[in-house]
Amino acid sequence: MQTTPFAIPSKAAGAGRTFALEALFWAAAVAAIFLAPRRLLLLNEIAILGLFALSLDLVLGYAGIVSLGHAAFFGLGAYSAGLLLLHVTTNPLWALFAAALSGGVLGFATSFLVLRGTDLTRLMVTLGVSLLLGEAANKLHDLTGGADGLQGITAAPVFGLFRFDLAGHTAYVLSLAMLFACVLVARRITASPFGMTLRTIRDNPLRAAAIGVPVTRRLVAVYTIAALFAGLAGGLLAVTTQFVSLDVFDFARSADVMLVLILGGTGYLYGGLLGAVAFKVLQDVISTLTPQYWRFWIGLLLVALMIAGRDRLGAVFKRVPRAGGPS
Amino acid sequence: MAEAGPLLAVDDLVSGYGEAVVVDGLSLALAPGQSMAVLGRNGVGKTTLLNSIIGVTRRMRGRIHLGGVDITALAPERRAHAGIGWVPQERNIFRSLTVEENLVAIARPGPWTLERAYTLFPRIRERRANLGGQLSGGEQQMLAIARALILNPSLMLLDEPTEGLAPIIVEELMATLARLVRDEGLSMLIVEQHAQRILGLTHHAIILERGRIVWRGASAALAADQATLDTHLGVTQRAP
Repeated sequence: MQTTPFAIPSKAAGAGRTFALEALFWAAAVAAIFLAPRRLLLLNEIAILGLFALSLDLVLGYAGIVSLGHAAFFGLGAYSAGLLLLHVTTNPLWALFAAALSGGVLGFATSFLVLRGTDLTRLMVTLGVSLLLGEAANKLHDLTGGADGLQGITAAPVFGLFRFDLAGHTAYVLSLAMLFACVLVARRITASPFGMTLRTIRDNPLRAAAIGVPVTRRLVAVYTIAALFAGLAGGLLAVTTQFVSLDVFDFARSADVMLVLILGGTGYLYGGLLGAVAFKVLQDVISTLTPQYWRFWIGLLLVALMIAGRDRLGAVFKRVPRAGGPS
Repeated sequence: MAEAGPLLAVDDLVSGYGEAVVVDGLSLALAPGQSMAVLGRNGVGKTTLLNSIIGVTRRMRGRIHLGGVDITALAPERRAHAGIGWVPQERNIFRSLTVEENLVAIARPGPWTLERAYTLFPRIRERRANLGGQLSGGEQQMLAIARALILNPSLMLLDEPTEGLAPIIVEELMATLARLVRDEGLSMLIVEQHAQRILGLTHHAIILERGRIVWRGASAALAADQATLDTHLGVTQRAP
């Protein structure tokens, strides 16, 4: 229904620099396989957390929907993948497919709950949904193993070739590949007129509607896509660690991903990725120094960050100033 | 517009916000290709009338038809797609989008394309890569009008388009609006504080008081009727 896409030549210079930074980011991510072979399990966690935060960025950074229950999709994806591996097939790619699908279905179904209401309503509704699912997983002991978690999951080698090794080589490469694919999709979405209308909704939903933006349909769509990404992230955790426990639904997981995204900055896709790197590395470093108190330092950093304002970790990655305008 | 009936028909509209009634039993009709000035002092319901047509107020009674279709129960975005282009008082440019993105995001197919919008407002073309928040008031107003046009509406609603703009910009804008009315045959409802500014370019005029129409007629007749202008709009409305 939109007219043909238009070339935007004046943005080309800025886009070139952004592209170079993006390339640098992915080159570093790939180089890490060789430069840090002992930290691949940590890198895998970072990639999964990054994908999870990317999902939240679509919802929060682009559509302006606040969520404290994003773990609902992550958790459902993890259990879907785990159960499929346990009972149906050991093919890890089918498990990931099931994880993304289940996340997306849940996202679509619950999107109608977050359409209305204020930020506070949305925070509570999303939190409530994740609590419900967490408790359901706990109660359905026969299916989920309850508090013991899903034990005995085995994933066959990817494409029948790449075994999941203890060092996490396959795990990291798989997670990184999925993350890359999702970033490409998210990039495509956010640069399209669809993505632009999302930003109009974030700016002012009522006004957006009055100038012809189908607000409801857009929010349902983006929430579903984001939930699909989150489900995939959960699936990756299940496949690569071959274990799923109740903590995938944990409130702390929803809170952490929000923290990660705020750390890296919202609304430019790479915020969640950079935030995930910073968060996990900080966690790793600080918890080696003071195992019990690492959250203290994360808390301090968060407060400092919010008070100091917009100067984010990923400031260099942000949209460069546009031609002719002040930065 | 082939239909014989009016393009816009508002029948016995009562609307407002919450419990407050602002528009109180108002009826009007506008034929295709015609434009109407909506005049009145502050707080008489001019903006609320426009807001009721786009669908963001609380309606208590009455119906609104556009091109013979009852749009009373439609959501705002459905009304926009049905053919209502809105240029709000605060311009409402999306600040986090570039000028071009502001337009492309909501464009709908029709005679008005991005290219034609840029031709109409060359200043907007120059600023196409700037963020909405970086525009001057006049540029924002032009962008708001361009954005309404690119929806390819059958009816444009303009809410105080000249408010807060420098006189030279007002002149430029008025000339453009006059061209849209005269050459394009675009139907418009224009809310304005300064009657003399728009009586020259509109066919009809209505004056509101306390949510009702207290005068209606041809714009040319009102422009010549200083007594009516004085009575309902006050002495500030004298021709310069």
